[in-house]
Amino acid sequence: MRGFLILFFLLFSFASKAAVLPEDRADVLFHSYSGGGIDISGPAVLVRKSVGDSVSLSAKHYIDTISSASIDVEVILGASTYEEERVENSFSIDLLNEKTLMSLGYTNSEENDFSADTFSFGISQDMFGDLTTASLSYAHGSNVVGKTGDASFSEISKSDSFNLGLTQIITKNLIMSASLATITDSGFLNNPYRKVRYIDTPTTFLLENEIYPSTRTSNAVAIRGRYFLPYRAALHAEYRIFKDSWGIDGTNLEFGYTHPFSDDWIVEAHFRTYSQTRADFYSDLFPYSNAQNFLARDKELSTFNNSTIGFGISYEFAKGEGGTINKASVNFKYDYIQFNYEDFRDARQTSLTPGTEPLYQFDANIIQLFVSVWF
Amino acid sequence: MLSKLFVSLLLLKTLTGCSLEPWVKPYERSNLSDPIMSFSPDPLSQGYIHHVYQAREGARGAEGGSGGGCGCN
Repeated sequence: MRGFLILFFLLFSFASKAAVLPEDRADVLFHSYSGGGIDISGPAVLVRKSVGDSVSLSAKHYIDTISSASIDVEVILGASTYEEERVENSFSIDLLNEKTLMSLGYTNSEENDFSADTFSFGISQDMFGDLTTASLSYAHGSNVVGKTGDASFSEISKSDSFNLGLTQIITKNLIMSASLATITDSGFLNNPYRKVRYIDTPTTFLLENEIYPSTRTSNAVAIRGRYFLPYRAALHAEYRIFKDSWGIDGTNLEFGYTHPFSDDWIVEAHFRTYSQTRADFYSDLFPYSNAQNFLARDKELSTFNNSTIGFGISYEFAKGEGGTINKASVNFKYDYIQFNYEDFRDARQTSLTPGTEPLYQFDANIIQLFVSVWF
Repeated sequence: MLSKLFVSLLLLKTLTGCSLEPWVKPYERSNLSDPIMSFSPDPLSQGYIHHVYQAREGARGAEGGSGGGCGCN
């Protein structure tokens, strides 16, 4: 923390040129995720508007309508589906003061069994003749975890996130950025519904509650680049590594290509791959009840990999026609993700001996349709 | 690691005396200012995709741009 503060003051003691406020724009998005027995869809709206030359306000409203008959729900509750809704509202203010752009933000997320409040503060500044932009941010989250059907269940968790970013112009066609994030969590960190399984008899298993550590610290480092091609197109790449105190090591790599057609159309395609190792206390099948201090069978904590292939197409219109609108666009994006688990088995197949079921895998389809207006 | 970064930045600042000449001049940045070169061209869409991955992967942080809430319960 001390080192973080020293770095903070040092970076922002450099002489610099004034930054700029974010663009005034409004986005209305419909999103849909379907995969692994889960369907999540809903609208989202983001509006950003400047007030004078030094203040920019933004507000976001986001809804997830969830219908889940995932493998976890089926194993724990039997063949059933649950429905729920998550509503998220965010507000932020950006303040430009000569050389410095500061941001303050608040986000509230509400589900019937989960409430989250997050406050954030960020600061960014251009330096070295605007070749470099440095940014620092901090966010504190406070969550209340409930449990449907158990009104007396109420647990607390907290999260602190420290983020450092550097964006650097390398050449007149290449820009790169680096991000570093340290996140610490404390409190009740497991899912109150999820259970682990353990061997009961050689041919059957039983379920018991997960038990997670009450703290978690993670570090992530990412590097990104965008390269402008001679015929007006762009290549982008991203590489991120992740490590946490639960023993998870993760890596993701992404490549993409953006190609405008005429003045109005932009097509983009990308490929992303991700892999991680399991948490130290994860097991698909424990040998007996309470086999160790901490127990997890959350597939997000298992060893797995996924691959994404996606594309997007945008059509821009109402450009430079005067009036209050500067530009507008309508956009469609599609992503296909395939998840392959290496130590999470399909426990729905109860006719098979526990531990011999096939490894689980599923596909997900993600659709986004949105309209953006710049004013 | 931060202490090494601190020393490096201090040295850089001392050597440059705050008068570093940009090696890419402002008039050479037209390609970089093209919207197709933005790291975050669509913040709402980008935040949504980050949320999708955050809910289904163990890794989190350093996504770049804005993130979503939790909703991973």
